[in-house]
Amino acid sequence: MAQPVREYQDIQGIVRSGYGRLEEASFLLLRITNLSEAKAWLAAVVEEPGAEKLSYRVTHAGHLSESHQERALQIAFSAPGLRRLRAPEELFQDGSINNFPREFRLGIAAEDPDPEGRSRRLGDIGENAPSNWEWGAPPETPDVLVMLYAEAGCLAAFQQMVMADLALGFEVFRVLGTAKAAEEGDTRREPFGFVDGISQPEIDWGAKREPGTGADLEYGNLIAAGEFLLGYQNEYGLFTKRPLLDPARDPDNILAPAADVPGQLDLGRNGTYLVFRHLEQDVSGFWSFVSKKSPGNQGVDLAEAMLGRRLSTGDPLVTASRAEIRGVGPDALDIRQNGFTYEPDPEGLTCPFGAHIRRANPRTADMPGGKQGLISWLLRALGLKRGGPRDDLLSSSRFHRIIRRGRPYGAVIDHRESVLRGKPPGVASGIYFISLNANISRQFEFIQNAWIVNAKFNGMDGETDPLLGNRVPSLGNHVTDGVSLPQPSGWGQRLAGLPQFVTVRGGAYFFLPSLRALRFFARQSGTG
Amino acid sequence: MVAAPIVPSGEADLRKLLLTMNDSPGTADPNNPLVPFGVFDTLHFARFVILNDATLSDLSVFGPEAEFPDAPIYLAFLGDCDGSADFLLADFVDRAGDGLRKIFAYCDGFNPNGDLLQWMRSHSVKPAANYVNWIGRTVLQIREEAALHEALAKYLTEYLADRSIRDKAKDQPRHIRDAFVRAVDENGPRLTPPAPTPLGWQIRRLISILAAVAAAFIVALPLLMLSAGAALLVYGAVLLIISAALAVFLVHLRRHETTDPDVQSPPKPPSDEHLAELGKLQDHDVTNQYTAFGSFKPGPFPRWTTTVIWWLVNLATPILYPRGNLARIKTIHFARWVFLDGKRGGLFASNYDGSSESYMDDFVNKVAFGLNLTFGQGVGYPRTRFLLWGGAEREQEFKDVQRRHALPTEVWYKAYPGLTLIDIARNARIRQGLERKTMTETEIRQWLSEI
Ligand code: HEM
Repeated sequence: MAQPVREYQDIQGIVRSGYGRLEEASFLLLRITNLSEAKAWLAAVVEEPGAEKLSYRVTHAGHLSESHQERALQIAFSAPGLRRLRAPEELFQDGSINNFPREFRLGIAAEDPDPEGRSRRLGDIGENAPSNWEWGAPPETPDVLVMLYAEAGCLAAFQQMVMADLALGFEVFRVLGTAKAAEEGDTRREPFGFVDGISQPEIDWGAKREPGTGADLEYGNLIAAGEFLLGYQNEYGLFTKRPLLDPARDPDNILAPAADVPGQLDLGRNGTYLVFRHLEQDVSGFWSFVSKKSPGNQGVDLAEAMLGRRLSTGDPLVTASRAEIRGVGPDALDIRQNGFTYEPDPEGLTCPFGAHIRRANPRTADMPGGKQGLISWLLRALGLKRGGPRDDLLSSSRFHRIIRRGRPYGAVIDHRESVLRGKPPGVASGIYFISLNANISRQFEFIQNAWIVNAKFNGMDGETDPLLGNRVPSLGNHVTDGVSLPQPSGWGQRLAGLPQFVTVRGGAYFFLPSLRALRFFARQSGTG
Repeated sequence: MVAAPIVPSGEADLRKLLLTMNDSPGTADPNNPLVPFGVFDTLHFARFVILNDATLSDLSVFGPEAEFPDAPIYLAFLGDCDGSADFLLADFVDRAGDGLRKIFAYCDGFNPNGDLLQWMRSHSVKPAANYVNWIGRTVLQIREEAALHEALAKYLTEYLADRSIRDKAKDQPRHIRDAFVRAVDENGPRLTPPAPTPLGWQIRRLISILAAVAAAFIVALPLLMLSAGAALLVYGAVLLIISAALAVFLVHLRRHETTDPDVQSPPKPPSDEHLAELGKLQDHDVTNQYTAFGSFKPGPFPRWTTTVIWWLVNLATPILYPRGNLARIKTIHFARWVFLDGKRGGLFASNYDGSSESYMDDFVNKVAFGLNLTFGQGVGYPRTRFLLWGGAEREQEFKDVQRRHALPTEVWYKAYPGLTLIDIARNARIRQGLERKTMTETEIRQWLSEI
């Protein structure tokens, strides 16, 4: 039986909450300039005895249940950052089993030229190539990411104070300020104008569900804690590989023992990985394209088909009526917006196969066809039952989920309106896309590679994500700039020549440590 | 597959020579002067790979007598083709003899002035099991149908640009189809009638089916010949014998599974350098290659078990999975399982659509049992339970093991870049639709939607 999560006070709050009520946020990209000062600040923000007293601290998930937080601060490190902090060298060693995973060690962007093809797999080619990034391509890699959140009107002062304290140990090489999203009530919109932050996996904090049983023949949204937190069982019932240390490395006994490896300390426990991508959106380009191609409704229909949700409400294009999906509800709005799978729409007539949300989470179960008799299960498991041509083309969703914590940046106005009125905003806008996952390669990278930028996704050809695609032709000059919009009539369903609407401007893989691990990094003398 | 040990000192030079055949990393130039794969129009896939097994030292956990310090390093040449492989080999000698001689010159005992064909034949290794995604589908057919799809897509765009046609066709999609049939008749592309499935395949299939019928007949024999009571007795006895044999097998199996030394404790992840080497060659096309090599655990049990299982795989896959899928996997074009070195080691080679991570996802989540059965006796394979469970279900351990055993495939050729199996199957359906005599309106709409 899997272990429930209990140590909320050891988990950074961002895992549990996107801090929706803290409307203002900014992300500081730092480089360590003075090791002892940097450690002193880290010690102070985790309230180490003897450290300087600050008026703020790293927010943990326990704080969130104690009281309303007026502001929040979170810290994450890149691999070069941890090395600069003198984290034990074996964590980065080639061929070790207890090291940080390779994708984290290498980072999201390799040095140019990218020898082994991570950028190729992530679609970071053409305009998106790291060589064009504003930050994140070596040597422009940050060591530390500090995320600040505050109530309306309170960020500026908070940020100023933090930056003043940081100045001794760090150089702030970039401040990524976010926009207060155009809001109506509780809904947050991204720059194209869609409601964002609707669908998230529900973390199984209490280990109520056992993954891999017959119940997974149906799509579920309640996902094992180990998919988003290291040190807990994942969707395979296993512990995701993570940094472990010899007890000799931890003379002050800060770290917890590894639950599955006797004699090792778990540096990863209650931490996770944070994928950061700076995605610029061409809002005018997007709305002028869709309104030109589909003038009837000023492009709204087409835009909705490309995303998979309604512009005004955020409701899904397919009817959501299924209340019984595990991890959805009981809130009525959640059922209306997330109580669905794509099973009732096998031809993609209601929601195109390529729609952003149908790619990013196809809501598939372990086997097409769901629960049926034992014989049928056996025949399907052996591939002996003729199914539809798309059966088994997509992996089961539960192994490929991420928690999204991104924030929009840029102009705060209603972009679509201004574009349509011929007054495009002068400011660049986009999303600081942030995803949390325990296994970068199986979660974020898989979604990005196999689903979002895959020109052959779900049996289609010549198209990638209509919002995110880089439109670069693939080998042999095969186009990737189409989008299919299946129609009952059978034709007239393919648009060609989509321009690129989203451009990658930066990015990095970070480790979001537990508070224990933060203390460990702050204390570590780094003699090893 | 042709496989011959190379002269170890020549390995680096051979690698260099092989790399000259590529136009981008891991992808052969179809017109490269050494072996211009493009001229062989029955060839689907081909590869040259050096089987230098870096995991050989794993055998030492079984004691010094299991070690194999001077295992040969093989150069393997694999191809998947229509029709007879022997015929293709002769064709290779005819049209690429000089290049092949240059390559095989690195092999031990190769005589550049000798009979190349004879040499290749004597070094050819028959795979223990072979899998073909779609039996009887030729390179020619795949290419012609892709051209047809492209042409029809263009016609369709032209048609729909005309408003009056579009309006008319809304109610009568038959118009479009009729026009297409005429257009293809007049302007092509030309479609060669599908070649009959090679006789060899048909005979194999026939034999398999006959064997199945014969087996069924033997099973039914007591019922036909004896009284009910006596038949029951016979069945009971046979069942008893089978159960006993199975029990003996399972006891052996479990003993091996629980007591064999574990190469994976402590686990051995692949090195960064090795992964970089593999990554460099992957994801240039929508299809990727996979070549893995490893040793079997010492002793007769692992070899015999694998021999029987691979034999069954070879027998059963053309019957159970002749068209489009291998169990639940629909992305494998060709795969083969080959014994090498007197069954000391085994090779698995496949061509699959998508990235390595999604291939592994399929392995772990859809056919873990199949991987366990076919590779469970390999040294270092993650521990199995009853050869069906465990193993590939141990996700990260399995991924590490298979990547550690994967070999960088220096030279890899695919006859139809850009096409996945799903594309190929769709193009075939489009052609069938065009050639059918009659179609209902719903069928026509369905057909048009695929164009
Ligand atoms: C500028 C870029 C992007 C924009 C404008 C965008 C926009 C949206 C919107 C409006 C939604 C629907 C709201 C919701 O379900 O929460 C959504 C959902 C989602 N997006 Fe994105 N997105 C972007 C980039 C990405 C990237 C890079 C990924 C992952 C690699 C991603 C993964 C997802 C996922 C997993 C969902 C939820 C799907 C579901 O569970 O139904 N998005 N996105």
